[in-house]
Amino acid sequence: MNNKELMLIAYKVKKHVIDAVHSAGSGHPGGSLSISETLALLYFEEMQNLDINNPKNPDRDRFVLSKGHCSPALYGVLAEKGFFCRDLVKGFRQIDSCMQGHPSIKDVPGVDMSTGSLGQGISAACGMAISAKLDNKSYRVYSVMGDGETQEGQVWEAAMFAAHYKLDNLCAVLDFNGLQIDGNITDVMSPLPLDEKFKAFNWNVIYAEAHDFDSLRSGFAKARECKGKPSIIIAKSTKGKGVSFMENAAGWHGNAPNDEQYAIASAELDAVITELGGVG
Amino acid sequence: MSQKKATREAYGEALAEFGGKYDLVVLDADLSKSTKTDTFRQKYPDRFINCGIAEANMMSIAAGIATTGKTVFASSFAMFAAGRAYEQVRNSIAYPELNVKIGATHAGISVGEDGATHQPIEDISLMRAIPGMVVISPADGYEARGAVEAAILHKGPVYLRFGRLAVPYVNEPDYKFELGKGVTLKDGSDITIISTGLMVKEALDASDILKNEGISARVINIHTIKPIDKEIIIKAARETGAVITAEEHNIIGGLGSAVAEVLVENFPVKMIRVGINDKFGKSGKPLALLEEYGLTASNIVSNAKKLLNK
Ligand SMILES: Cc1ncc(C[n+]2csc(CCOP(=O)(O)OP(=O)(O)O)c2C)c(N)n1
Ligand SMILES: [Mg+2]
Repeated sequence: MNNKELMLIAYKVKKHVIDAVHSAGSGHPGGSLSISETLALLYFEEMQNLDINNPKNPDRDRFVLSKGHCSPALYGVLAEKGFFCRDLVKGFRQIDSCMQGHPSIKDVPGVDMSTGSLGQGISAACGMAISAKLDNKSYRVYSVMGDGETQEGQVWEAAMFAAHYKLDNLCAVLDFNGLQIDGNITDVMSPLPLDEKFKAFNWNVIYAEAHDFDSLRSGFAKARECKGKPSIIIAKSTKGKGVSFMENAAGWHGNAPNDEQYAIASAELDAVITELGGVG
Repeated sequence: MSQKKATREAYGEALAEFGGKYDLVVLDADLSKSTKTDTFRQKYPDRFINCGIAEANMMSIAAGIATTGKTVFASSFAMFAAGRAYEQVRNSIAYPELNVKIGATHAGISVGEDGATHQPIEDISLMRAIPGMVVISPADGYEARGAVEAAILHKGPVYLRFGRLAVPYVNEPDYKFELGKGVTLKDGSDITIISTGLMVKEALDASDILKNEGISARVINIHTIKPIDKEIIIKAARETGAVITAEEHNIIGGLGSAVAEVLVENFPVKMIRVGINDKFGKSGKPLALLEEYGLTASNIVSNAKKLLNK
């Protein structure tokens, strides 16, 4: 897929995020908007053997959204991929919908692991990766983590495990947006330097720009080429990317836009979608 | 019948035995020599994964492996499996209904010398409160073996509670384990002693002592604490009119609570819970500790008499 087509998907995902969070009246737009491009690239280019008619295909590449609060972006990309009807995303967080606040493997086709409690998803991804090794299977496992999430000790237990068992079929993406709920990660509890920490844990560390497909693409390629070590792409991102007033604002971590804000956000996203040749 | 075996020992042997019959992966957290998963590791080294001293990670790893279709056993001391990793068990394993069996050993105060930090007395309570979690507490080696196979055949999360201490057999070698079915080990008409784990033997002994004093005590072994066998409990209450529960666990939240829940809603009778009276354990020889904490046949006997005003 070319970058323009991927960008169109990323912006449609962003639109799902805003629609879902607005109609639910709650949810996490900031971190969902920062990973939209990453998810578009993963689901439309990088991940292999995805089959919308057989979401449990045993040979598929897996994806674990370790920062499960960014479920609207995951639901959005799964809907665009065709795992379920696009309209379902609007039911996000509603009592009669399968779109749980955090991803649920039992409820949503295409979701590979239930997440939401930070720190656990990356471990589950390690479990999937080691299972592939046990079976001599060639599927790969991807997982997106938050930068604040790395404050969880379990992340480092998983980091040790992945390196110890040489899980080179595991590629983590760290959404390096610099923000968490209470503010800047460096003010709340600095996890920096993250690259040096992962290097010290024997990971292959790759740097990328989260909103630049060429950069992400080459990051995933480097991860695929690396043997004997797990890889992590530290993807420098802008929290809230694509909605002007949400960009780099910690306040938009977990808040829904009101009707007026929603109208502005929609208009901004629609403008990009139209410019990219899509229907806003 | 004079011979003894720790249920953890039987657990390790069962894993090694069933490793040939079922596609199992076994995880441990640097305790394989103690939990006895080492017995499996020696036979199937390729299907054993040491997770190091990181129980929380181990539970989520187990969950991840289970999503790929395997049956996974994750073992540690019950203190850390149910305590340290509680939330991982709840959110990574139970909520997604994954096929992970938690083989928790060294439950209760019979751990002995290691003391309170290693003597979980709350694990049944924690695990049974998780939706969909099956909780099994075997009484002897034969039952432990049966429980392992039943756990493998059951699709979904199971918590298996094993002990460190070698305990006498209460069942026969050809014992057939039935998940969710209580077992009447001795009939009786004046009172029922409902017990689990190593307290089943104490309940049997108590029943013998009571018999000599003219009291006919029924003995029921509840190895599956969840889902609990309501029928056998209600029937016993109806037929004997008084119930004692006996467990190596805090009297809050364990077998006693589970039985009380059944009776209060169906057939309330007089009842006393014998167990650890809401206090921490401590170091000591296992048998001395069981004695001091009242986890004995004689304490069951005194409580039975108290309940019957005798
Ligand atoms: C174990 C756990 N603790 C706390 C939370 C509540 N929580 C949800 S999101 C979040 C901040 C996450 O920050 P970060 O990982 O940087 O995510 P992003 O910026 O990408 O949204 C917190 C504390 C949680 N979901 N899980
Ligand atoms: Mg962040």
